[in-house]
Amino acid sequence: MSKQPQIIDGIHYVGIKDWNVRDFHGYKTIKGSSYNSYLILDEKNVLIDTVKAPFAGEFIKNIEAVIDPSKIDYVISNHTEPDHSGSMETIMKAAPNATVVATAKGKEGLSKYYDTSAWKWQVVKSGDSIQIGRRKLDFIATPMLHWPDSMFTYLAEDKLLFSMDGFGQHFSTSYLYDDEAPYDLLMYEAKKYYANILMHLGGVAKKTLDAAKELPIEIICPSHGVIWRKYIPEIVGAYYDWSVCKPEKKVLIIYDSMWGSTEIMAKAILEGATRDGIDAKLLKITANELTDLTTEVLDAAAIAVGSPTLNNGMMPTVASFLTYIQGLKPQNKPGAAFGSHGWGGGGAAGVDAWLDKIGIKKLRGPIVCIYRPAPAVIEECKKLGAELADIAAAV
Amino acid sequence: MDKYQCQICGYIYDPAEGDPDNGVPAGTPFENLPADWVCPACGVGKENFDKI
Repeated sequence: MSKQPQIIDGIHYVGIKDWNVRDFHGYKTIKGSSYNSYLILDEKNVLIDTVKAPFAGEFIKNIEAVIDPSKIDYVISNHTEPDHSGSMETIMKAAPNATVVATAKGKEGLSKYYDTSAWKWQVVKSGDSIQIGRRKLDFIATPMLHWPDSMFTYLAEDKLLFSMDGFGQHFSTSYLYDDEAPYDLLMYEAKKYYANILMHLGGVAKKTLDAAKELPIEIICPSHGVIWRKYIPEIVGAYYDWSVCKPEKKVLIIYDSMWGSTEIMAKAILEGATRDGIDAKLLKITANELTDLTTEVLDAAAIAVGSPTLNNGMMPTVASFLTYIQGLKPQNKPGAAFGSHGWGGGGAAGVDAWLDKIGIKKLRGPIVCIYRPAPAVIEECKKLGAELADIAAAV
Repeated sequence: MDKYQCQICGYIYDPAEGDPDNGVPAGTPFENLPADWVCPACGVGKENFDKI
């Protein structure tokens, strides 16, 4: 395989595989990531997005292996976020005659990150296109999938969609395509990406999917991870499911514990939820990454969240999980709070108040106890577990 | 006149202020905003706004 392989005749992959990144503003990228960029050679030469700034040198070399960068006519910025725009300044110095193509918000955003005073611009909106020779670029604005500036670029001749972060996965590989990856791992990374980046934008995602359905698409080139060519129906179907947080028969018990009492309650809930056909999971927050907990929440049927009390409030670890989840707006996850305390309480009550804020339908008030849970409290916990499992069984 | 909030980003449209940067004068009720008006903060359409 040549260093800059062609996806289709005339379209080269020139992106970067970031094998070693493990923390992507809080998202734990245990499989690394990639910043995908593509070079289209035609009567006009077009660069689709750039890469994160530290890789600018390697990126320029990737382009130079195909053409002299000064021969780039258009630089399409599908997204302002620095993991994709980070090398724009380097590129624009190497291609000072190129025109930058972006949405109005894209131009605004790029100009707040970089010195764009010398750049030439073509601002586009949905329905606009640029004929570059035998190919035509069509632009589809996708505001808030997942930033205001976001857009897709479509090539009708090739039935190819540059979907930016849509259908992306933080997944570094030496190969390019979905069918070369282990399927379960690929779909898990795609789900993790959706859960942590797009979960709160389900409505926007669904509208975008409905619009994209109208287009013949045989290849999807996202900005992270592998290119979709075989499993397009599967990933589109999955996105539809995820856009409504479609539940599986799964119950989550997510908690932290200081001296083990809240953990005893958590395990009693687990016991109550354990039955054939139900995937019940005990997830201690300090034993799991937020990234993975969030992936579990996406398709859970019901959730119990537990916190001990620290200084009249929730444990900061639990508050951190709830703050993160609040921003991601999980849909249709009924649940309840629980927790042990020593005197004034506040931990479980804090979780209970937060469940209201997240829009989680509460099955009951918080289960609480003082120090070690008494047998009656254990029974309450098992009963809650059974109720969570009933909900999961019914989906 | 009712205020409306963008459910995607939290921006609040206050009719008393309008959206003059985008050609909407102060005093314009939400219902009278053009169909193609978008949230000035994040760019999504009117259908994403709820009355508050």
